[in-house]
Amino acid sequence: MQEILQNLLNGIAVGAIYALIALGYTMVYGILKLINFAHGDVFMLGAFVGYYAGRWAAAHAGNGHPATYLIAFGIMLLSMVVCGLFGYLNERIAYRPLRNSPRIASLITAIGVSFLLEFGGQFVFGPDPKFFPTLTPKRIVHLGGIVTTNYQIIVLVVAVAFMALLQFIIYGTKFGRAMRAVSYNFEIASLMGIPVDRVISTTFVIGSALAAVAGILFGLSYPKIDPLMGIMPGLKAFIAAVLGGIGNVPGAVVGGLTIGIVEAFVGGSQFSNFRDAIAFVILIVILLFRPSGLFGKYEAEKV
Amino acid sequence: MKRLPWFVRDAIYLAVFVALLLAAAWGLAALRFPGIAYYTRIIVLIGINITLAVSLNIINGHAGQFSLGHAGFMAVGGYFSAFLTYFYFSKLVDRYPSAQSALLVAALLAGGALAAVAGYVVGLPSLRLRGDYLAIVTLGFGEIIRVLILNIEKIGGARGFTGIPHWSSFFWVYFFAGITILVSWRLVRSAVGRAFLAVREDQIAAEAMGINTTKYKVKAFVIGSFWAGVAGGLYAHYLMYLNPSMFTFIRSFEIVVMVVLGGLGSISGSIIAAIILTILPEGLRMVKEVLHSDKDPRMIIYSITLIALMLTRPQGIFGRRELWQVLPRRKDAVPKKERDDAAA
Amino acid sequence: MRKIGFLAVVVLLSLSLTGCPPKSESGNAGSNADNAAGGDILIGEYSSLTGLQATFGTSTHQGIIMAADEVNAAGGINGRKVKILTEDDQSKPEEAATAVSKLISQNSVVAILGEVASSASLAAAPICQSNKVPMITPSSTNPEVTKKGDYIFRTCFTDDYQGPAMADYTAKDLGIKTAAILTDVKNDYSVFLGRDFERKFTEDGGKIVAKASYSNGDSDFRAQLTSIKPSNPQILWVPGYYTDVGQIAQQARDLGITAPLVGGDGWVSPKLVEIGGKALEGCYYANHYSYDDPSPVVRNFVDKYKQRFGAKPDGMAALAYDAMHVLADAMKRAKKLDGPTLRDAIAATKGFQGVTGTINLGPDRNPVGKKIVVEEIKNGQLVVKGTVQPK
Repeated sequence: MQEILQNLLNGIAVGAIYALIALGYTMVYGILKLINFAHGDVFMLGAFVGYYAGRWAAAHAGNGHPATYLIAFGIMLLSMVVCGLFGYLNERIAYRPLRNSPRIASLITAIGVSFLLEFGGQFVFGPDPKFFPTLTPKRIVHLGGIVTTNYQIIVLVVAVAFMALLQFIIYGTKFGRAMRAVSYNFEIASLMGIPVDRVISTTFVIGSALAAVAGILFGLSYPKIDPLMGIMPGLKAFIAAVLGGIGNVPGAVVGGLTIGIVEAFVGGSQFSNFRDAIAFVILIVILLFRPSGLFGKYEAEKV
Repeated sequence: MKRLPWFVRDAIYLAVFVALLLAAAWGLAALRFPGIAYYTRIIVLIGINITLAVSLNIINGHAGQFSLGHAGFMAVGGYFSAFLTYFYFSKLVDRYPSAQSALLVAALLAGGALAAVAGYVVGLPSLRLRGDYLAIVTLGFGEIIRVLILNIEKIGGARGFTGIPHWSSFFWVYFFAGITILVSWRLVRSAVGRAFLAVREDQIAAEAMGINTTKYKVKAFVIGSFWAGVAGGLYAHYLMYLNPSMFTFIRSFEIVVMVVLGGLGSISGSIIAAIILTILPEGLRMVKEVLHSDKDPRMIIYSITLIALMLTRPQGIFGRRELWQVLPRRKDAVPKKERDDAAA
Repeated sequence: MRKIGFLAVVVLLSLSLTGCPPKSESGNAGSNADNAAGGDILIGEYSSLTGLQATFGTSTHQGIIMAADEVNAAGGINGRKVKILTEDDQSKPEEAATAVSKLISQNSVVAILGEVASSASLAAAPICQSNKVPMITPSSTNPEVTKKGDYIFRTCFTDDYQGPAMADYTAKDLGIKTAAILTDVKNDYSVFLGRDFERKFTEDGGKIVAKASYSNGDSDFRAQLTSIKPSNPQILWVPGYYTDVGQIAQQARDLGITAPLVGGDGWVSPKLVEIGGKALEGCYYANHYSYDDPSPVVRNFVDKYKQRFGAKPDGMAALAYDAMHVLADAMKRAKKLDGPTLRDAIAATKGFQGVTGTINLGPDRNPVGKKIVVEEIKNGQLVVKGTVQPK
């Protein structure tokens, strides 16, 4: 029983990070119907910005620890800004010129951008793994029989906060309404006076900033980062987004948590050799019964 | 020549093609200058990539089903044919050396057949799934296949499959590339190909016209994966080594990039893109020498080239047309061609 | 007719490639004209400079160029300088084969050095063998590699030596009775060290109480560790790379597992302790040598490496450095530098004093009698815990 609860917690902690990355996939998809394969690598970029900023802060804080949460928060903001800027440029240069082309063309540029970030990362940062600075000291927390760390709790709290914020932006603000309008049909949205280009750019900025948050949280709890760290979490988050119904925000969260928990249970069982396959098997089975994911609306074909 | 039935014409084309190939293979073997083995290797890899791209083009380009699992089919075909030759056929060849070619073809076709079975299984979800959901399921199948192979000790598991006989060659690779192209070409201009196009363009309209869309989608998967399996077999017998890490989803991406860059549905486009994308990373090896730098920027240049190509030709190099339709030639080329094929 | 034209275009296009003017870096293929003429001696290196294994490939590359520079500074090979030509293989076996093909046929190198990953070495070895170009792999531990032919050598120990040796050491010398195994399922090095350890450890009367696996690229190992914890092993055998081990140790301690982690030479890196920190206290692993070994060979290597690259060398760098020196040593002894003569010279390597120990190449072209140094992490420092002498 204790082992089950422990694995549930392990899964939720990993799943929260998947969910944060999945949000970026799902937002961009919802609005452009584009799978932004470079998103996992933006997550890597976020972690590296955090790494360099954190080291700089540690060097200047004197005691080796930029101990306050305020500084940690500042580093996160900086990383969000850098990744947001990257997301903006990425959309502007690689996707906007292709908006009226077949959708698959942007998919290929997305793969190109992904390669560029991976190889560029190895070129600029070096291929060796880096040790992410300890932004705040780690503490072990016992909850009944199960063990966790303050990092895992921070990850959960921050992740939930950002998901709530995103939900608020989409359903509670004027910009969110514009976003939803664009995602229904961007031609009509532009006829209604919505600045479609700006909405799309902003969506990219928000998605990339969320990836940066995920990168920082990841670096905090798994302090080894390297330029290819975005590939597997990116793929898993992509599965999560599809599982939840791509384009659907709560779906991405549920999908991320589901993948995290399933992986934890399979990884902790005797079938751990097959873990990567089993996540896909579950995905396929779910999609066979719910062809548009758990929360996706199945759109009847219209003539 | 136009009076002859299509299969006679095809037989003539094939005979000419085989003759040309034999001459080319002989010429390649006769050439002697530094780097010839390396260039030959690249040419052979191009041939394998052409087969892969053209076969994926049947699924993605003609039938409009988005598959991201081509590396998985390639793995099935490669491993199965290598399994046959390593455990059974190579003993036969020791006894009857002249049977090598026949056994290679048998192994390749068997590998292709098993890949086709896998393609059938993967094609089935396309009954219910569309677009990106289908893409992720095919990607998933590819990864599942890879994880299964990783755990089968008989064929090497994580260590990889070593000791595969070196049976494939320039001739066989291009022979099968030629057949794949011919099959794909005939397919597009047949009733089946018309049905593929109908499914791609508008599924509901296709259904209303009495086309069994499910059947044709699955058919596209079966045919495409068969040739991917054959390509996998050729690859295995050229490299003499297989490892599950060769068949990750990144490999599938590379093949999709070839098809899209060439222009979805354009056979000659797929071929040219396969050639460009195979040569590009090799050609960029000299960048390091030119720059005298210790760090190698070739893959960065490769990615930027990819993005730039896609931005300048978003429809693919040829769009949906073929090479000769793009070239400025006789103006009636397109309609006449269509007439010919309809008559044939 | 157009179709024939079309097929012809395909064939011609591919053929036209062969017409590309050859890069005349060196003389005729096979004859090594450049090498015979007294110019630089060309040595090919294929390495994972990008891709998943890039951190190991980069270390290997640094070890090789450092050794090559030393050879040149000491007067080269009988007065001729060596020149390393490096090709990247993106950590992909198929690219490794292409890179080696280029080095041999276009650049006419006299010998090949590489790779770390056994999969890449296995893909490239047949090409070296069929061209009769000797290949020395510095750190592919898979026993299959040198079975590819008599031109394929290695200078590190193999999985089936290291795994059982560590099993013997833990079971017999330390009296450990129970162990758990955590392997990287995507990595043959890890899988086979796990398997060989299990076999020998059980033979020695020990018991494997739990087994789990992760895959390369994972960051969270808590699920696997949670399943191992209730079985309460005395040690955890974790034959992975240092890139993962630091995190595994941290997460194991978080979950309250106090048993030491034990590993193989994949752990050897200054990054290990940097990432793992205090969690690695009391853990130990197999190394080829100790950083603090006072012998001049080791001192020279460690100090110079630190000076040049700003960090302590990891295991890959040391093995690569030795492989290059073994090759240079054989070249000095060889009368000619053609494939068969050089092969024989390499095969005759006896009593070579390398950083990673004394290298004697046996009849199966693997080093025989390399000792294992077991290092323990104590107070953040590496301490020699014991040595395992070969039988």
